[in-house]
Order: sequence, then C-alpha cells, then structure tokens
Amino acid sequence: MLLLVGTALVNNVVLVQFLGLCPFMGVSNKLDTALSMGLATTFVLTLASVAGWLLEYFVLAPLDLGFLRILSFILVIAAVVQFTEMVIRKTSAALHQVLGIFLPLITTNCAVLGVALLNVQEGHGFLQSVTFGLGAALGFTLVMVIFAALRERLAISNVPAAFAGAPIGFIVAGLLSLAFMGFAGLNFA
Amino acid sequence: MEPSLLSAIFILTTMGLLLGYGLGMAAKYLRVEKDPLVDEIEAMLPGTNCGQCGLPGCPSAAQALASRTAPVTLCPPGGKLLAQQLADKLDITVDLSAMGEEVPAFAVIDPDHCNGCTRCYKVCATDAIMGANRQIHTVFTEACNGCGKCVEVCPTQGLTLVPEAPSLRRWHWPKPKSA
Amino acid sequence: MFFFMRKRPAFKGGVHPDDRKQATSGLPIEPLPLPARLYLPVQQHIGAAARPVVTAGDTVLKGQMIARGDGAVSAAVHAPTSGRILAVEPHPAPHPSGLPVETIVIEPDGEDRRQEEPDPEHALNLEPEIIAQRVAEAGVVGMGGATFPAAIKLNLGSRHHIDTLIINGSECEPYLTCDDRLMRERTDEVVDGIRIIRHALGARRALVVVEDNKPEALAALQARLYEMDTIEAMAVPTRYPMGSEKHMIKAVTGREIPAGKLGADIGVIVHNVGTAYAVHRAVRMRRPLISRIVTVGGGAVQRPANLEVLLGTRVEDLLAHCGGTRQPPARLLMGGPMMGQVMPHAQVPIIKGSNGIIALTAEEINIGETMPCIRCGRCVAACPCGLMPLEMAARIRKEDMDGAVDYGLMDCVACGSCSYVCPSHIPLVQFFHHAKGVLGARREQQRRQEEIKRLAQQRRERQEAEARAKAEAAERRKAEREAAKRKADEAKAARAAKAAAAKETPKTPAADEAKA
Repeated sequence: MLLLVGTALVNNVVLVQFLGLCPFMGVSNKLDTALSMGLATTFVLTLASVAGWLLEYFVLAPLDLGFLRILSFILVIAAVVQFTEMVIRKTSAALHQVLGIFLPLITTNCAVLGVALLNVQEGHGFLQSVTFGLGAALGFTLVMVIFAALRERLAISNVPAAFAGAPIGFIVAGLLSLAFMGFAGLNFA
Repeated sequence: MEPSLLSAIFILTTMGLLLGYGLGMAAKYLRVEKDPLVDEIEAMLPGTNCGQCGLPGCPSAAQALASRTAPVTLCPPGGKLLAQQLADKLDITVDLSAMGEEVPAFAVIDPDHCNGCTRCYKVCATDAIMGANRQIHTVFTEACNGCGKCVEVCPTQGLTLVPEAPSLRRWHWPKPKSA
Repeated sequence: MFFFMRKRPAFKGGVHPDDRKQATSGLPIEPLPLPARLYLPVQQHIGAAARPVVTAGDTVLKGQMIARGDGAVSAAVHAPTSGRILAVEPHPAPHPSGLPVETIVIEPDGEDRRQEEPDPEHALNLEPEIIAQRVAEAGVVGMGGATFPAAIKLNLGSRHHIDTLIINGSECEPYLTCDDRLMRERTDEVVDGIRIIRHALGARRALVVVEDNKPEALAALQARLYEMDTIEAMAVPTRYPMGSEKHMIKAVTGREIPAGKLGADIGVIVHNVGTAYAVHRAVRMRRPLISRIVTVGGGAVQRPANLEVLLGTRVEDLLAHCGGTRQPPARLLMGGPMMGQVMPHAQVPIIKGSNGIIALTAEEINIGETMPCIRCGRCVAACPCGLMPLEMAARIRKEDMDGAVDYGLMDCVACGSCSYVCPSHIPLVQFFHHAKGVLGARREQQRRQEEIKRLAQQRRERQEAEARAKAEAAERRKAEREAAKRKADEAKAARAAKAAAAKETPKTPAADEAKA
C-alpha cells in the first residue's frame, strides 16, 4: 500500500522522475483522450512489470544474462503494446483513431521500460513489482487527467499571444511538477 | 564459443519466436474486417456523389478522408459544418476561418434559356429539378444541394447557382467584440 | 406547501433593476389616432408565416382576415381598420437586423367600418375546442412578447392534465406599464378572459401574479374576484426576471420545469394578462386581435404614454404622438430594456408582441468599456437559471459552442441579468444570443444535409429499382421469346410428328398436295 501511494504520488513517474513526457505533452489536449491514454498505459505498464519480473527471475538471473535485460525487456514491452493496440482496435475504433501514433509509441515510453528496470534495480519481489507497476501507472494516469483538465481550461482563457498553445502548456507542466514535489514531504513512518 | 553467448542467442530467438507466435494468434482472433471509419465518414457525407471534391464520389472521398490523403474541407456542399464534423471525427485541428460563413446556394433556371432538354434533371442527385421533355424545368430550392452538376450539363447556360438571400429566418446575432 | 410558497415565493438569482415605471404608471391608456398607413407583417408570431389572402387594390373592412395562418403553429392577421390594400411587399421588420419581411400595407379610409359581428355571448358553456378555434381565428398570440400562438396553448388541456393556470401580470421589465394599466382599467375584461382560459384548459386553480410594485393593479383585481371563482390574485416580490415562465412557475408553485420540458408537462400553463384580455375579446365579442397597448417611454421621449395602438402602426407615428424625442435616442428598443429588441430605425411597425417602445438616452444605457473577466462570479449569483454565464461566454468566445451547451446554454432564457450585473461590462447575453443563433443555423444546416442525403438515397434506390425492373423485363422478354421459340419448336416437332404419322398412314391426295 505504501509502495502504491509512494509510487503514484511521491515518486510520480512523470512529474518527479520525468519519465514518459512524450504522451504527457502529446495526448493531453482533451480530457477523455488523456484518460484513455492513461488507462492504456496502465494496462501496458502493469503487464510489462509482471512480464519483466518473470523474465528476470526465471530466465535472465538463472542463466546469468543480466546484460540482455534492456534488450529482452524492450522485446516484451513491444509485444505487450502490440497486443494492447490490437485489443483497442477491436473494441473501440474511435479510440484507436484518437490515440493514433501515441498508441504504438507506448513502446518507447520510457516510463514503461524505466519501471521494469527499476523493479530489478530495487530488487522487488513479484507482488512488489506488480504494485510498483500499478502505482506508477496510476500516477501517470492521474497526472495525465489533471494536466488535460488544466489544458482544457487553458484553451478557453485569454493567454497572451506569445504564450498561447504549447509554451503555456510547458509552464503549467512545470508548476504541476512543483506541486508534486510537495509530496516528497509526506512521511509515512 | 562461450556458453552465455550461446544461451543469449538461444533465449532471444526463443522469445522472439514465442512472442511472434503469440501476436500472430492474437492478430487472428482480434482481426478487424474493415476499417469502420470509412463507413462512418461515408454516412456523414451528403451522398450525392456530385464530384466537386474532385473524387469520383462520396465513397471514394470517405476512403481518402479516412486515409488522410484528402483535406476535411474537401466537400463544398457540406460546408464549414461538415468540415468541422470531419475534423472532430478524425481528431485533427483545422483552421476553418478561411472557409468563411458559407451561404447555401441553389440552382436557378432561367426560363428564357431553358429548352426542356431534361439533361439537368437527369443528373440531379437529389431529384430537385422537375420537368418534362420540351417543357421548362423548375428547381425545388428546398431539395437543392447547390452541387452545380446541372450547371455543367446545361447546353444553353440557362442554369446558375444563386446564393440564398439573407432572411429573418437565417439571421442571427453576430459575435460581440470583446476583450 | 403551496401556502408556504405563497408567503415566500422561491426565487433564486435575478436582479433588481430600478423599475422606472413612475413616468407612465399613472397615465391612463389613450388611443392613438388613425395613422396614414398601416404595415402588417405576415410574421408577427413564432412559427410559420401567415399566407396573405388579399392583393393590392382590395378593399378591406375592420377585422377582416388579410392573412391566414399557415400550418400547425401559425396565426392569422386581420385588418386593423377599413381601407385599401396598397401593396403586399417586403418591408423592414421590427427586428434588430432590419431585414425585410413580407408586409401587407393598408391605407385607412378613415371610416373604420366594421365587419358584421355577432352579439356578445356567454362563453363559459362553450366547448374548449370551440374556444381554441375562436382564439385561433382571431389570431391571438402570447402578448407578453413571446408571440406563441395562444390557441395551441389553450388546446393543451386535452393532452396534458393542467391543474394550475397562471396569469402573468408581473411585468418585471423596467419602464413598461402597459399590463399594469390594462389590469387597472380593464379589470373586468381581463378577469373574464382568465375565466375563459381556465375553462378551456380545465384547470382547477387560476392565479393572477402581480409584482408588489403594482399595488393598484393588485387591488383592482382583488376587488373583482369572487371567492367561488377560485381565481386568486397574489403579489410576488419585484425581482427580474419574474415574468419568465420557468421562474414564475417556480416562484408561485414551487415546481421546477425539467430542462427541455414545458410548463404543461408539470401541469402548469402561463398566459399573459394581455393574452387574457385578447382572449376575452376573441371569444366573448368575436373581435380579432387588431390593436394592443404599448408603453412609450425612456428618457429620450418628450411625453411618455400608454397608448392603445392599431397593429401595423409605425414606431415613428407613436413617437410623433408623444411629442417626438428630446434628443436622438442612443438606443431604440421594442420591448423592455432588459430583453427588448434593438430597432434599426423608427420606420418599423408595431406588431402583436410589441409591449413597449423605449427610446433610451446615452446616460440610461450606461455602456461601459468591456474589460477582461475577473471571475468575480456575480453573473453566477445573478443567473436565475443557475447557470455559469462566465464559463459559457468563455467557451463561446473560443467558438466552442458544444462546450457552452454542456454548461447549459440551452437552459438560458436570455434574461440579461448577467450582463446587467457584470462589473466588466462583458456583453454576456449577446454571446448567448450569438451562440444560440449559430447553433440554430447549424441545426438547420444539419437538417438540410440529412434531407439531401435522404433524397439522394431515394434517387439511388429508385434508379436501382428501375434498373432491376428493366433487367427483369428483359429477362421476362427473353423468357417469353424462349417460351415462344420452344412452343414453335414443339409445334414444329408436333407437325413433323403428325407429318410422319401421316406418312405412315395411306397417302391421301390432300396430304400429297400439302407436301408438294
């Protein structure tokens, strides 16, 4: 539980660890798109952490093939993303259309690989890995939703011409990041 | 050769094969027959196949839109409204201000020029032209899409597209200027 | 519940503008002399335009129908006086755009000859349908300004269960006093109209609602109402927009109309006092709607007045009768200052829904420079519909009409309270007018496109059917040909067989001849 909250808020992948910034800026124009992107990433992230842990402890560690970690993780993640894409296309063509290029790009979302690698680095057990993956994913979704909602409001406000569009988006992202830094003060003990 | 190298090659090959096979199976079970988007877009288009977009008809226009090889502003009879709807459908942002507030137009037959050749009413996709051989034809403005097909085929240039006159029914307050 | 509500009518939001009614509330209704020309638009109501039944050169009598209601939602137009039809032509409409509308121009002959009219009769034993029919024939529309054909609302009793009839005498707009004067001076007629309407609707209870800034009108009504009438006159606090149908129902009965529904759906119908008066005239006296009471007011008018005006009289004639304007008016309004329509000029006619002509001076309209929104929320507090005008306006400014609709644009009654309170002088209600216009145009275009799609589809189907029929016909012809051929073959074969058989039989000279 602690790990879940800690990963989602204190060590938020996007705003504190600065992983997965590409979809963070790219798919946060509309609230519902951002939410579905978040959910898709949640699915991939959780599955990837599970697959990563299994791969690490049943294949790579026994065979002493630590150097293959990144390579094989990417392989697994790519497969999971492909699978997710197929599922989404089958279930919701409109969502598939909306997510567009960002869906296959989850593959290169460094948050996914980062979380899988961090799992290994921290020496997490199976349950811990799942929790860590889920926490990171929830944190990602939360930030996506918040940021998308902010940008929806930004879209209708009077922004000085020089800042309109992406620049004000970056400024808001920075402020949001500062806000999340505040969670570092949480003391669970 | 070192054993670890061999096992590495073996492991990666196996993983590749396994995952590839898994995805292949998944693709089989989760196959989507046809892109439903094309049908949806086709349903949005007027369906008059007037050809003003430069494509053979509305189905091919829908194909082009779905594959994003045509701009959403391609359909003059659909106007700004359709362009906006298409942009929403395809999730692209377009600046439609250049299109201007279009006024619906309709065809008008000049009775002095009409020789009752029936060519125009044969091409009209909405049956908006009424007439018989050797009799002056008339246009039902309510049914006219302003596609201009009839204007092209008229041998006497007796057909023109006329924009609708402003009326109380169409008038609405302009957007207020504000800070 | 009801009695509790009567003491403290529920009213949320709204504003309390200075009512400025003193100038005309004490002035009796005076008739306006016959003008030189009358301009009667065929569209004076919500719905389809009426169809003219006269042509230039015709002579008409006072009260004669000159345009017939066309379709389910429409209202007839009658000649306000006797005279000659000069033309049926486009003429500027009393509308902010000043665009022309089909108008019947009458030159009065000054004799004011009436059509034969039956004697007044007892109306309360008439069938509701007959009442509605007479109201429709008289061309009566909602006189409060909405101009919805009144007969349709009278017919609602058959389809909905109506338990309460509310007669709106609140007259919540500043300056206007025409309903006030009507209630005071023609109380009997108004009360009779209320009885007729209640009878037509089959409503149990009828309430006349008057804002508490019109005590004389309230007293006049109360003096004329009998206990057994079950018509009550009640006062409500002076609060704009009390006269809005939704808000009046909420304030008086405590019932709220769900979004997108009508008062009839919750058993309440609201009519204006002016409509009650017109119904009395239409049903009891068989007189069509040819005149109305108009308040001429505003700081720019020399001599404000309450006038009884023939429909079709031009605004300039009214202003001239009132001594003209002291200074060119900064804004000329038809209706009240809150919801009235800006008139492009004074050459537009008075129509059925014109309750006031208000010529305002620059000081009165107090146009401030528009400043950015500071999100103070005063518009939210003032909105009687519980909407967030600032959010809707922000979305409309960025052309996000759907976003504004999500924030409840369609529930906005365009009362203008938000614009009235805005400290930044943001023209909020103008944004909503604009957005509703755009959405209406969009709906219209959508409807048109669907119609076109349907026609195209029909044509395709027809062509396919034709092609199929052609193919079938060809098939049939082919089959017929083949059948004929087969028959011929068979016949040939039969003949051959016969011939063969004949060969076998002993030859006859005839057979030999035939062979040869």
